[in-house]
Amino acid sequence: MKKKRYFGRGAMFLLCAFFAVAFLLPTVLTITNSFMAESEINANYGMVFSTTTGGYVSEKVNLKFIPDKVTLSQYITGLIKSPEYLLKFWNSIILVVPIVIFQVAIASVAAYSFTRWRGKIRSGIFFFYVILMLMPYQVTLVPNYLVSDWLGLLNTRWAIIFPGMFAPFSVFLLTKFMRRIPYSLIEAAKVDGAGEWDIFTKICLPQCRSALYSIAILVFIDYWNMVEQPLILLQDAESQPLSVFLSSINAGEIGLAFAMATVYMIPSLLLFLHGEEYLVEGIANSGSVKG
Amino acid sequence: MKKISPKLNDRGKDFLKSMCFLSPSLLGVGIFFILPFCVVVYYSLIDGVGSKNFVFLQNFIKLFDNSAFRLAAKNTLTFSAMAVPLAVVLSIVLALMLECRIPLKSQFRTFFLSPMMVPVASVVLIWQVLFNYNGTINEFLMLFGADRIDWLQSQFAPVVVLLLFLWKNLGYNMILFMAALNNIPKELLEVADVEGAGEMYKFFAIKLRYLSPTVLFVTILSLINSFKVFREVYLLAGAYPYETLYTLQHFMNNTFDSLDYQKLSAAAVVMAVVMVIIIALLFKAEDWFGKDVEG
Repeated sequence: MKKKRYFGRGAMFLLCAFFAVAFLLPTVLTITNSFMAESEINANYGMVFSTTTGGYVSEKVNLKFIPDKVTLSQYITGLIKSPEYLLKFWNSIILVVPIVIFQVAIASVAAYSFTRWRGKIRSGIFFFYVILMLMPYQVTLVPNYLVSDWLGLLNTRWAIIFPGMFAPFSVFLLTKFMRRIPYSLIEAAKVDGAGEWDIFTKICLPQCRSALYSIAILVFIDYWNMVEQPLILLQDAESQPLSVFLSSINAGEIGLAFAMATVYMIPSLLLFLHGEEYLVEGIANSGSVKG
Repeated sequence: MKKISPKLNDRGKDFLKSMCFLSPSLLGVGIFFILPFCVVVYYSLIDGVGSKNFVFLQNFIKLFDNSAFRLAAKNTLTFSAMAVPLAVVLSIVLALMLECRIPLKSQFRTFFLSPMMVPVASVVLIWQVLFNYNGTINEFLMLFGADRIDWLQSQFAPVVVLLLFLWKNLGYNMILFMAALNNIPKELLEVADVEGAGEMYKFFAIKLRYLSPTVLFVTILSLINSFKVFREVYLLAGAYPYETLYTLQHFMNNTFDSLDYQKLSAAAVVMAVVMVIIIALLFKAEDWFGKDVEG
């Protein structure tokens, strides 16, 4: 009996390991391939991207993990020789950082309201937020476009930042976290004569510090990789974020694309490695839409 | 009377206070989502922004007559119908696998979550290397004497995107299920063990019942994400991909180019209605399925 269990677990482990490696593969490939020279990239993948820029092209496509010669040339091209990539990287930052900060800030106030006071009207509003959160982008896109047009925000960063600031996702998640704070804490503070703002800033916020962090990571990752919004609301090529611009790196520069993708991955990777526990907690708590 | 009025006052005060806290968010949501959506509904019912004649359902009829819309709707629905159940089932399987006390569990979890970090554009490069006509997968197929498949230019194209979708979303869903599995009362499973219940029985009779709210959530989440797959398709195959890859978002984007407000509005309204219906049905299904489980 025991032997059978061990065997089962061993098989399970191997299966898991297989899937895990398959999941990790594209990330690893992106990073290692970014250290290849363009000639090596061309030799390996030339057939796929039909880049006959001269030089040797292999008959077969070689998926290669370890570069023959490690070089930083792609990084030097991308970061030093052509400033446009850094510019696009900066575009991403000034789009995403305000969204994360304001979305979390506005959401925490709203979540406090949903936690502290219950009533028919408020639970109606909360339910509406849930529905809004579940609407696919194709539905909210047209309204977003119209408002931006009316307010003259079209083709400016604000057309993306404003709707992002008010997205209901954080409100929903944060409310679920806050409702777990023992009510006695709030009650005690009230007896001591604390005002609502004091209760909010001195009791509620410190209690959900980890929740705020995990939501910030989730929101950051979501917007850092956005493609749809800038394509429609920000048609000016100059102000496009790197997430969109990466795809326009043309076929002759695949190595460069890998290098810039690696650079682009760094912020989310750092956040991820630093806050994985929070991230997992944040995801785990987003688990049910009802109640 | 004297006794009631202070209480009413309290209530009024509470209401005011709660609205104070809620107002920034509500104001923003009102301006950027609700108000314009009402206008979208209005636009979907008139014949033009200039002439403003009320035409009732005409825009919708035109929309359903539009072959591009029908193709896009069909493709998106087919894709979701494949992707959503697969995403739910496979992420439960992954979660159950990680639940068996295997070594390196937390490392595996990290690996499964790693796709969240990778920028779409670089994923797409890798996918092209894998699924190109001269790509790695075809090399592999030829090893076994099979014919090469032109993955992105054939009816297999959605399969390629499906793999990308699963790769990207399974990790997140898996975390949700792991959390839900953790919340199942241990005593219940122990009793089942003592009674000699098999793993299969334990799963279907106990675990799945407790997982049902999470199944609901993951289903809705995967549905939304399956609508977002345009991102990958757009980067893989451009604004005008092979027929089977033409999604609703492509339709929207291409309609934006001509700024046909009536068509866009009607499409947005149709999608909102369909989503609300699907969500309501899922909620009902979950009510029915999880009715005898507390928590």
